[in-house]
Amino acid sequence: MGKKILLEHINVPGINTLEVYRQNGGYASVEKALKTMAPDAIVEEVKKSGLRGRGGAGFPTGMKWSFLAKPEGVERYLVVNADESEPGTFKDRYLMEKIPHILLEGMITSSFALGAKTSCIYIRGEYFYVSRILEAAIEEAYAAGLLGKNILGTNFSHDIFVQVGAGAYICGEETALLESLEGKRGNPRIKPPFPAVAGLYGCPTVVNNVETIASVPYIVMNGGDDYAKIGIGRSTGTKLISASGHINKPGVYEIEMGITVEDFIYSEEYCGGILNGKKLKAVVAGGSSVPILPADLILKTEKGEPRLMSYESLSDGGFATGTMLGSGGFMVYDETTSIVKNLYTFARFYHHESCGQCSPCREGTGWMEKILHRIVEGHGKHGDTDLLWDIQRKIEGNTICPLGDAAAWPVASAIRHFRAEFEEYINHPERIKEVKHLQELVS
Amino acid sequence: MAKVTIDGQSIEVPDGTTILQAARMIGGDNVPPAMCYHSKLKTSGGYCRTCIVKVSKGSDKDPRPMPKLVPSCRTTVMDGMEVQNNTSPEVLEARRGVVEFLLINHPLDCPVCDQAGECHLQDLGYENGAAKTRYDFPRRKFNMIDIGANIKMHMTRCIMCFRCVKTADQITDNRVHGMLNRGDASEISTYIEKAITNDFSGNMIDVCPVGALTDKTFRFKSRVWFTKPMDAHRDCKKCSGKVALWEKGNEILRVTARKDKWGEAEEWICNECRFEKKDVKDWIIEGPRHIDRHSVISLNHYENVVSKLKIDIAKQQKQLVDKK
Repeated sequence: MGKKILLEHINVPGINTLEVYRQNGGYASVEKALKTMAPDAIVEEVKKSGLRGRGGAGFPTGMKWSFLAKPEGVERYLVVNADESEPGTFKDRYLMEKIPHILLEGMITSSFALGAKTSCIYIRGEYFYVSRILEAAIEEAYAAGLLGKNILGTNFSHDIFVQVGAGAYICGEETALLESLEGKRGNPRIKPPFPAVAGLYGCPTVVNNVETIASVPYIVMNGGDDYAKIGIGRSTGTKLISASGHINKPGVYEIEMGITVEDFIYSEEYCGGILNGKKLKAVVAGGSSVPILPADLILKTEKGEPRLMSYESLSDGGFATGTMLGSGGFMVYDETTSIVKNLYTFARFYHHESCGQCSPCREGTGWMEKILHRIVEGHGKHGDTDLLWDIQRKIEGNTICPLGDAAAWPVASAIRHFRAEFEEYINHPERIKEVKHLQELVS
Repeated sequence: MAKVTIDGQSIEVPDGTTILQAARMIGGDNVPPAMCYHSKLKTSGGYCRTCIVKVSKGSDKDPRPMPKLVPSCRTTVMDGMEVQNNTSPEVLEARRGVVEFLLINHPLDCPVCDQAGECHLQDLGYENGAAKTRYDFPRRKFNMIDIGANIKMHMTRCIMCFRCVKTADQITDNRVHGMLNRGDASEISTYIEKAITNDFSGNMIDVCPVGALTDKTFRFKSRVWFTKPMDAHRDCKKCSGKVALWEKGNEILRVTARKDKWGEAEEWICNECRFEKKDVKDWIIEGPRHIDRHSVISLNHYENVVSKLKIDIAKQQKQLVDKK
């Protein structure tokens, strides 16, 4: 069994209540941080831990915290991004639903480190019931003196608010999230300025993922060096992986970074192999926006080394033969899957979620969806694959926010690794209802 | 002061200047095209992505190139920055992509569009676009709406530059104008068909780079290149009263703000000047307006014709005097 940090007590009955959570060592980090540590010392520990943002980009958290501007007399905010909308990702929901207090504990400790008097959880609209769970937990924490004025008798006061979004994917982008939190339309801001300088209501703000903040209590309790020992290389600690698709045991798993992908897919501890004993065709390793990889490239890198579940190993080979760890939405496809149909679903999603501010994403996502729809329906034209390739290339990197990239990467990777399947759809539309010929293409 | 080099040409500009402004100071052919940026509107720019450039050297302090192409209208210069615009094939390629994206859902109804001849999208497409489209799906359509008594909104032509939204936001009192829906279904509109009724709403027509917002008092009256642009002014209590008149014969077909060589309004004018003063007697005419645009409105060279005429008139007058 690998080390568990976030999900250690997940199976303890009543862990969602403050009482049971505290019996299992909960809120110890708040006590330790507020009473014995200086804020900067906590930031230093987080830096040492090598903790990286768990929302997808993998930016070092300690570094992000140290960028926070600290002008005199201006409020600072911590905003927790619980707008987990990446298709294939459901780890934050699980964490907040089962152990809401681990997030609150992390928020109080992190806010103390950042000097924030107020913090917010921005949660997606579809997680309305989770917001109720969080609110109940916050109420418990206020009653126990862990929130509000003079927490645990110290002179640190803190308030946490929960804000429910209305279900827009774009509001997971940090600046769009801040706009939405301010009550405006959720459009990404043009950067710079970055939120660390001018974020929520123009004040310095740190926006972190749920899982990132939930990892902070362990770092405070055990020290950054101890956390850095878990994992491999610059991918320290544990990561929650939302495994879904054609596997025997879909669900949320906490892994130590550095286990092999093969182990993760086939071992009984994790996914338990491919459903119905079928063959593996492809994997999307980090949520729908990261490049899809065929079986041979996801199990082994181009150099023939086994691929590991870590930021570095998964991105080994760049986008030509690699992918990204992203948010940890691990989607497995067996040999019967149609990559083209899968891509059409993704393209439809990104078209629907594009905010409409900048031209390449607004127009390009819709165009790609229309072309893919035509291909899937059996009306594909010769040259459509090249056209798709050209469109994605003109979107990528030319947009305000990463949604453009997120829409372009799946298209690029599907064409890169499964071009034959696209041509099959276009050249033999009469055969698209059969699954068998797709299997032949892969083997 | 910061020294910036754009396509090999250097200029010293004050700190905080954007790359686009610096390029405009240099002038010439290397100025990136801009659709959504407007120098008189705060926070405009950054949306259309036509002005993207490559920063091949960040600054003297940090010479690393910027990883992505950046919008020149929203990126401030650093001392020692080196920028590639027309000299970078990557930029030109990406810009062609942006132009294609802007055009795929544009109706291309220039033959019946009032903006034709002074349309930024026409110029942009002419310079950076492809001759043929690769888009073979039905184009997006919207119904036309009236926003206020004098403005027609033809959303189908809109390229989402947000200039009218920023205008409504910044120079008029109430914000009643914004964006509805999302992605390629989004539309600029007023809140549930509410009319925009303030005194400066007409300026939204001037900032619109395409034919999405048109002057109802001018619609379908004449092609712009058949009209005579004249500088004129009047004593107005609400605005500066300095306008450009577009005449045909002795009739004033429309009144607009005076636009600079980038097609951006120099001064905002009020609705009274714009929509109500259509009689030559209302105005003190200063003379033909110099239009420095590469589009068809300056091809008529009306200015040159008039200056020739003036000389002729003077000669004739002299001859008349001599005869007497």
